[in-house]
Amino acid sequence: MKHFLKLFVLLLAIFAVWIGLLEASVVPQGYALLLPVYMVVVLGCYGILMVGVGLMFFPTCPHEAELLQKDIVEAKEFLKKKGVDVGL
Amino acid sequence: MNKKNKYSIIIPTYNERLNIALITYLIFKHLSEFCFEIIIVDDGSPDGTQDIVKQLQQLYGEDRILLRARPRKLGLGTAYCYGLSHASGDFVIIMDADLSHHPKYLPSFIKKQMETGASIVTGTRYVKKGGVHGWNLMRKLTSRGANVLAQTFLRPGVSDLTGSFRLYKKSVLEDVISSVVSKGYVFQMEMIVRAARKGYHIEEVPITFVDRVFGSSKLGGSEIVEYLKGLIYLFFTT
Ligand SMILES: Nc1nc2c(ncn2[C@@H]2O[C@H](COP(=O)(O)OP(=O)(O)OP(=O)(O)O)[C@@H](O)[C@H]2O)c(=O)[nH]1
Ligand SMILES: [Mg+2]
Repeated sequence: MKHFLKLFVLLLAIFAVWIGLLEASVVPQGYALLLPVYMVVVLGCYGILMVGVGLMFFPTCPHEAELLQKDIVEAKEFLKKKGVDVGL
Repeated sequence: MNKKNKYSIIIPTYNERLNIALITYLIFKHLSEFCFEIIIVDDGSPDGTQDIVKQLQQLYGEDRILLRARPRKLGLGTAYCYGLSHASGDFVIIMDADLSHHPKYLPSFIKKQMETGASIVTGTRYVKKGGVHGWNLMRKLTSRGANVLAQTFLRPGVSDLTGSFRLYKKSVLEDVISSVVSKGYVFQMEMIVRAARKGYHIEEVPITFVDRVFGSSKLGGSEIVEYLKGLIYLFFTT
């Protein structure tokens, strides 16, 4: 099954539950009507939170940059000796 | 260790005169115990990349370094296809020339593949022991945003979708690449999503990514728009 169909089915299920809540009026009508709005807000918050957490813990590697510089020097030296035109 | 496998390393280049020399040296340094060939697909770089490649062929041998040039800049996706059509290995490794993909990780890709028998091993920057260096806040923000969107809507089961440092079984790469239509930035994402949907066994290894030191980026400005279009396209077609 195509992936988006799965999400579509999930959405339908949520919609059904919502209608059910509206009909059964276990919660006050006013609340139930606003539920989809809450859902969108929660989804948005989740997204922003995930991006924020990802940014806070963004893995960095300054040490690797230094190692790379050394590798570059080593490579240049070798290649120059072998007559490859690496400039400088 | 099984040394019978042959690895074809495809490196697309456009104006990577210095980088291609450095990376070739580093590949030979780190892969000395494996059987491999390097296939350089150069799109008529005006900076003389091909002259350097010819010098490297003199040094390392024309059977180890294959220059497969094309007349003009025809794009990355087709460069991989073109390189693939000349590959003689059982496995194909794809990497950038700009030293963002360090050859010292190649053995870990190969070992991971041997241990798990995976069809694809992909490098990931977003796990422990992985990382990125040299990105500004904007670039990090875009990358995180793109990743959260893709993880939510595509659920590919891979933590780094847009990286292009990967090892494929040759037959798997041929199969997947033939069903990919996207170009540019989205290409890598479509490759891995389609592969995941086809049920191929995908493993990850941590890599670090140091932003390019020499040369300039070849990616255009409308990356974000292209990415979003690609995401929507993949959402409905996979
Ligand atoms: N043959 C070929 N190679 C290309 C083309 N465009 C880019 N490349 C190469 O593909 C690799 C990746 O390109 P980059 O410009 O580094 O793209 P990027 O890594 O997403 O961008 P940066 O973060 O700036 O490095 C490099 O080795 C380039 O030389 C092309 O049209 N043809
Ligand atoms: Mg790059």
